[in-house]
Amino acid sequence: MSHTATLIPPQAPPPVPPRPFTAARFFGNAFMGVWLALTVGVFLMMAGGWDPQKITRYGPGYLSGLGVTLLLVGLSVVLGGLLSLPLAFARMSKNRIFSGFAYVYVYFFRGTPLLTQLFLVYYGLGSFSAELKAMGLWWFFRDAWNCALLTFTLNTAAYQAEILRGAIESVPRGQHEGAAALGLPRSVAFLKVILPQALIVALRPYGNEIILMIKGSAIVAIVTVFDLMGETRRAFSRTFDYQAYLWAALLYLLVVEILRNLWTWLENRLTRHLKR
Amino acid sequence: MSGFFAAVAEAVSAFLGVVDPLCGPVGIFSLFAKNTLLSCGDAGWGDEIAYGFLVTASLALATLPVGLAAGFFIALAKQSEEKSLRLAANIYTTLFRGLPELLTLFIVYYGLQILVQNLMTAIGYDGRVEINAFFAGMIALGVVFSAYCSEVLLSAFKAIPRGQYEAGYALGLRHGKTMRLIILPQLVRVALPGLGNLWMALLKDTALVSVIGLPDILRQTGIAARITKQAFEFYSLACLLFLVLAFLSSLAFSAIENWTKRSEATR
Repeated sequence: MSHTATLIPPQAPPPVPPRPFTAARFFGNAFMGVWLALTVGVFLMMAGGWDPQKITRYGPGYLSGLGVTLLLVGLSVVLGGLLSLPLAFARMSKNRIFSGFAYVYVYFFRGTPLLTQLFLVYYGLGSFSAELKAMGLWWFFRDAWNCALLTFTLNTAAYQAEILRGAIESVPRGQHEGAAALGLPRSVAFLKVILPQALIVALRPYGNEIILMIKGSAIVAIVTVFDLMGETRRAFSRTFDYQAYLWAALLYLLVVEILRNLWTWLENRLTRHLKR
Repeated sequence: MSGFFAAVAEAVSAFLGVVDPLCGPVGIFSLFAKNTLLSCGDAGWGDEIAYGFLVTASLALATLPVGLAAGFFIALAKQSEEKSLRLAANIYTTLFRGLPELLTLFIVYYGLQILVQNLMTAIGYDGRVEINAFFAGMIALGVVFSAYCSEVLLSAFKAIPRGQYEAGYALGLRHGKTMRLIILPQLVRVALPGLGNLWMALLKDTALVSVIGLPDILRQTGIAARITKQAFEFYSLACLLFLVLAFLSSLAFSAIENWTKRSEATR
């Protein structure tokens, strides 16, 4: 009978091979180096041009501008959401006139730049001031803020109608049939069966739409509304200090990132029953 | 050599003058709007607006290849095994998807100006440096486009199964050749709807460059509106021209989509 008399002595694991210096690593380091240099540059610029007087002078303006931006976007998204409901139904309706109108509306507002639409409302309708005064609507169109709100509402209504339509049509046919088989009236079936499932599908596009609106709202600065961008342009035109734009960039990034993370959290929370 | 370039430029502009859809010999303005505000020539605004149309279209077309190429490499970087490369690419997209396009445009326009001015001063040149608005617009729009494009391409990359790469390697193809011959054709097919949306967004974003003084559709119609006091008509025309561009590009995209699907089984 044979057996092992000597055991192999325990050995240290083989040394980890050195990580090769690949092209990907080179480019990654170079790319990160660029970001680092930019960050340091921006920081030095801000530290070098640090001026408490400017901060106290223009800082409150930036905050009120941020408030104007958020108010404008919030109001127009809510109002546009209300307007998008009939639009989405018109778009899905079998009536040729309704669906044709909704199609043209959506095509117009999605096919042209928001800036052009804003000019059309603010300057274009402004050229009919006599007629508008006669109709008693001039007080509304005289103010750039109202024009911006109107344009944004109409614009986001078109986008939200498409989101809603896509979401409602993505609910499988069987859900409609199931609700009908249970004897639910169509309105109850829509509100309790179809809409909740559609809204979960629509959640992410809605978030993207709000972020797009926040970013798109910067253009109201061109028609003299003092939102965040407007305050930035005012500060820049008075100081010729490039930092003005960097502070605005920081604020916009902050808002968008907060909103994006909030939306991710919301989505995870609302779809937790679908997780396996 | 410069004579040659001048001749080429002249030939190109002569060719554009002939095929110009708005103010050429068979242009819409020159046929239907002869004695109105939109007539071509000194009397009307037709030729100015036609020039704006050309600027908008060429800006969007010039930005597209830059943005697509940059977006492709950013998408590659995002799925790299190298950590620093992934991080850098993610910073890039977070930054340029979070900033308003208008702000990006201003930052690029004024930032480039300061950067180039400082560089020139360091070299010893004292004159004022003016950055070309077309170039600044191209950079700013291209950066934004590439950030979105990388996301679209990344999700398209994820839709292509690993087996496709493995099949390529099994056939003895190198990495680059596998990419070019096997992955890219499928990638285009998957990513095309998303890229179409991005192209539409790019087309609409070009309106922003009118703010930094590039004579695009919106700026030209705006000048016409201010001088003739017929703002509604001219801004409606601007909307119409953008709609025409959107319509033409939707035709082009459906043609490309059919072309990419030519080898798929017809059902």
